[in-house]
Amino acid sequence: MNAMDVARMDGPEADAPRIGGVLMEMKNITLRFGGVKAITDISFDIREGEIRAIIGPNGAGKSSMLNVISGFYVPQEGEVWFRGRRRPQMKPYEVAQQGIARTFQNIALFEGMSVLDNIMTGRLTLMKTGLWQQALWWGRAQAEEVEHRAKVEKIIDFLEIQHIRKTPVGRLPYGLKKRVELARALATEPKLLLLDEPMAGMNVEEKEDMSRFILDTNDEFGTTICLIEHDMGVVMDLSDRVVVMDYGKKIGDGTPDEVRSNQAVIDAYLGVQHD
Amino acid sequence: MLYREAGEFKTSYAQDSQTFPIWWDRLWYQVALVVGFAILPFVINDYWANAVVVPFLIYAIAAIGLNILTGFCGQVSLGTGGFMAVGAYAVYKLMTAFPEVSVVIHVILAGGITAAVGVLFGLPSLRIKGFYLAVATLAAQFFLVWLFNKVPWFYNYSASGQITAPERTVLGIAVTGANTPAWAKYLICAVFLFVLAWIARNLTRGTIGRKWMAIRDMDIAAEIIGVNPLTTKLSAFAVSSFFIGIAGALFFAVYLGAAEVGEAFGIQKSFLILFMIIIGGLGSIFGSFAGAAFLVLLPVFLKNVLVGALGWPSDLAAHIELMIVGGLIIAFLIVEPHGLAQLWRVLKEKLRLWPFPH
Repeated sequence: MNAMDVARMDGPEADAPRIGGVLMEMKNITLRFGGVKAITDISFDIREGEIRAIIGPNGAGKSSMLNVISGFYVPQEGEVWFRGRRRPQMKPYEVAQQGIARTFQNIALFEGMSVLDNIMTGRLTLMKTGLWQQALWWGRAQAEEVEHRAKVEKIIDFLEIQHIRKTPVGRLPYGLKKRVELARALATEPKLLLLDEPMAGMNVEEKEDMSRFILDTNDEFGTTICLIEHDMGVVMDLSDRVVVMDYGKKIGDGTPDEVRSNQAVIDAYLGVQHD
Repeated sequence: MLYREAGEFKTSYAQDSQTFPIWWDRLWYQVALVVGFAILPFVINDYWANAVVVPFLIYAIAAIGLNILTGFCGQVSLGTGGFMAVGAYAVYKLMTAFPEVSVVIHVILAGGITAAVGVLFGLPSLRIKGFYLAVATLAAQFFLVWLFNKVPWFYNYSASGQITAPERTVLGIAVTGANTPAWAKYLICAVFLFVLAWIARNLTRGTIGRKWMAIRDMDIAAEIIGVNPLTTKLSAFAVSSFFIGIAGALFFAVYLGAAEVGEAFGIQKSFLILFMIIIGGLGSIFGSFAGAAFLVLLPVFLKNVLVGALGWPSDLAAHIELMIVGGLIIAFLIVEPHGLAQLWRVLKEKLRLWPFPH
């Protein structure tokens, strides 16, 4: 049992110094696709250093919410505040450069490249050598490559994927691909890490591994994490606070215990008799 | 020993990321360099230079260029012939306008001009992908050929509509024009190919290469980790066109000596170079060499066998040759769709363990 688990078992008081001020705030977000309202007037915040979960039944608008945060969708109404400033409309790569990384529900790795190269792509925004120096492999180019390789190797160690670092990603099994995708997101040194169903399609052992990595990431790097997950057990164990969505509306928000006892949430998940 | 990884210990990341990590590979690379630069220039004759080696070297440059765009960045282009024409006409205009400047500088500048044109025709790639982009680059091909035919300024108002390379020297030795010795033709192309291949390797193993490959493999994911698709795609077009422009300049100035745009840089050239990288292997520098060698050497080889050894009439041999080359291309793509480079990779993997199966 590591120190993390101990801290968690002490309850919310022991976690207090881990979690800081508000990192990201969503204010009255509404997202429409034509006549369909995917998200209706949702507000919530993500604090620095916490693990925040978004849950809800299928089609609740969770992934849309993540896409709003990462800049793929532009909401028709509402404001996104990041690090105390209102975020103007941005392209996804600009959002990434601000320090928001994500993984995808269906793995989005670069299949033709090795694991190492895939993770190195996470460092792209941090590498500054120009085209000319790279062309001649001169001066900063090589030094920078080695410098970033060292950082990437740390992440490879951390996620225990040393043995596959030179393997092309296309040859890897599903569980490892998920881990490589997490590694690539971590390599960007994100301030906010978005995980879209990190445990979808995994068996129990893979889920346990992934949970451990998520907790360790949060613990060792202090990374703020916002995740979507269907496995209720995992969500309740991992997260500090949970947002519950249903039909594009927020129906609950609070600690796992609060959410668990929220009548609207129970209705949404178990169904309710309408009379 | 033979091709082995065992016993090779890397103690730094720089060592681990070198081009030829295995000693055996490095040895062959050095042997190739010695043969290419210290032996071949002294033994090469006119026939070998003109029929085999010089076209191979020039096509290899063009194939590396197209491979950067198509193989590494995933943008299909059918405008290679047109871009080679830009290089050829640019070097022609520069050679005739500034005769006192070295032709090496002209060739490099011609590459730069082609890069600018390539970026211009690369702009549609921001909106369209795949086959549709191929059609857009096809438009570039036809437009450029038409332009060089229609505007007499490009061929200096010559009566034939041809461009002819004047004699230019490097270090006192003619490299263009009728008096060029075979070894000088060979050497200038070999030096350009060596430097450009080295640059291509550096670019593709570094940051910019990863950006290209990220865009190729999954553009959405590339964007989400902070790759700007606009600058990345356009940089691929620029670098690729630079290479192709230099290939076009050398093809005209050193190899042909005189050229007519529709004949020398028509759509067949675009397809020829595209076939080279498909047969050689997309996304591989070695594949560019292998593909160029295959498509340049095979016809020469077949001709020598059919006409020289078997004594067939040359017109019959010419047609049979086309059929054999076509058949071999199809056979190859069925056996190994990822090209000669992949065959080579598989072979190396087997060699590492040979004679054991695992």
